[in-house]
Amino acid sequence: MAKVAKGTWVEIEQIVLKPEERAPTLPEDTKKVPYVLRVSGFLLEDAELEQEARIRTRIGRELAGILKTVNPSYSHSFGTVVPELLTIGTEAEQ
Amino acid sequence: MTARDNSYAAVMARKNEIMKASLGIDYDDFISSPIAFDYERMMRETGYAHEDIVRIQRETKVGDTPLLELRRLTAAVRRISGPGKGATILVKDEAANASGSFKARRASISAYEAARKGYKGMIAATSGNYGAAVASQCAQRGLKCIIVQEVFDSRYVGQPEIVEKGRACEAYGAEVLKLSVGPELFYMLLRTLEETGFFNASLYTPFGIRGIETLGTEIAAQVRARYGKDPDAVVITHAGGGNLTGTARGLLAAGCDATRIVACSVDLGGLHMASDRDFNRKSFTTGHTGFGVPFATWPDRVDVPRNAARSLRYMDEYQLVTQGEVFYVTELLAKWEGLERGPAGNTSLTAAVTLARQMDRDQIVVVQETEYTGAGKHHNAQLAFARENGIEVRRGDPRDNVPGKAIVIPERLEQVWGKVQDMDRLRLSYLRNAAKALPVEQWTDGDYAFLAADIKRGVDWVREHARAMSAGGA
Repeated sequence: MAKVAKGTWVEIEQIVLKPEERAPTLPEDTKKVPYVLRVSGFLLEDAELEQEARIRTRIGRELAGILKTVNPSYSHSFGTVVPELLTIGTEAEQ
Repeated sequence: MTARDNSYAAVMARKNEIMKASLGIDYDDFISSPIAFDYERMMRETGYAHEDIVRIQRETKVGDTPLLELRRLTAAVRRISGPGKGATILVKDEAANASGSFKARRASISAYEAARKGYKGMIAATSGNYGAAVASQCAQRGLKCIIVQEVFDSRYVGQPEIVEKGRACEAYGAEVLKLSVGPELFYMLLRTLEETGFFNASLYTPFGIRGIETLGTEIAAQVRARYGKDPDAVVITHAGGGNLTGTARGLLAAGCDATRIVACSVDLGGLHMASDRDFNRKSFTTGHTGFGVPFATWPDRVDVPRNAARSLRYMDEYQLVTQGEVFYVTELLAKWEGLERGPAGNTSLTAAVTLARQMDRDQIVVVQETEYTGAGKHHNAQLAFARENGIEVRRGDPRDNVPGKAIVIPERLEQVWGKVQDMDRLRLSYLRNAAKALPVEQWTDGDYAFLAADIKRGVDWVREHARAMSAGGA
């Protein structure tokens, strides 16, 4: 497994609560899965993907978790075209 | 650091002490029973004078937003209304606040208070625009910021709208704790408050609600200056109740006693708010009935001992609209009015169409917010995502809309028609919740007076229905 260098911007994951540790009143589907946290920061030491790692967050807090993503980024968009929207405002209302 | 018991039960049991330390408000000072508390004194004593709020908000680019007349939409509504009908529709362009929504007003006073009291940072648990607002206000006050956000389901899939809101928080320099679906968000908030000693920028403190009052006072002043009269109705998107409470209080403070306060939520009836599966079947993440109804009928279900947002105290009418109707009106706002704004903020605009049709031509209805739009936070992004998640999207009669199954976008403006809710039913639901907090038999005169004010009804009405509930064993 390739090493990820100290100082790299990464995302880690923590299992905050296992299914059996979760809040007592949950819908069935939610009850079956763990309560999971993901947070980004700079790696404090060299680490490997899927292994324990420590980070410093944007505001300087040090947190530990499993290293999941290198250079986590945003890819949300305006979505694929929704043709139903295109003619609104230019059709019968005119 | 001493090892603390961070189990769910142990952290929840420490709730009161954590809240006290993170807010600097002693709620016991205002509470007189499990139901009643001195609401007005709490708002006065833990808030700021109106002039101070205006000054604080100007320092951090909040408020004084434009009030715009929607000329083509008003004309179109008049074409489909009866003779003499079709009120002028105005919109308060709250997207002009720093961070792009009215939520900047809500965060601004908390940030000022936190800095004044020497806290190093602020924390808020929110998946909405409030996160970006808190982050933006923290940035300007030199405070650190943590946003605790429900982002993804167990497949790590997040709604584009929430993903964008998380990005915005990070853009303003915040640490974002991204969590899977569940009500344990509150547990995570408590844990993080305890670990950091930061200020709790709860949505429901007097700081938050007093900060929104300027929205009401600005609307009163702007409508009077331009039209020489008070607004006849103000429509407010309703979720947790803060937007409605703050705006209505501001209007009342400005003397708009006859202005109708109309709430509006997107109808998501049938979808479970804590369900991993339903999470990504909602195309609205706020301003919907999953928050609007429970918060109206029991405001104190929040992260503070007493909620400063008490919507039934001020609400005259409550309309529900469908997701498809809001997306339709959002598209019209762009195509007819040249304003591209986020869909959630246009929930109240949708209700305004229904209202304006029934109001007289010389009357004025004000839509009191807009929100920013962009990748993810856009009706096209949300509809494309809905389609990818198996939701049917089509044009048709919005009455065929089924939350979580079908989004039906109206074919014509005539089909936009909000469903008016039975206000007394909501009030009775509130009274039943109050009876869970304290049995009816133990209600004092003080409780009756509080309840009457809290649901905008007479004490006699409350007594009559309390008797019926008591007799019915409710």
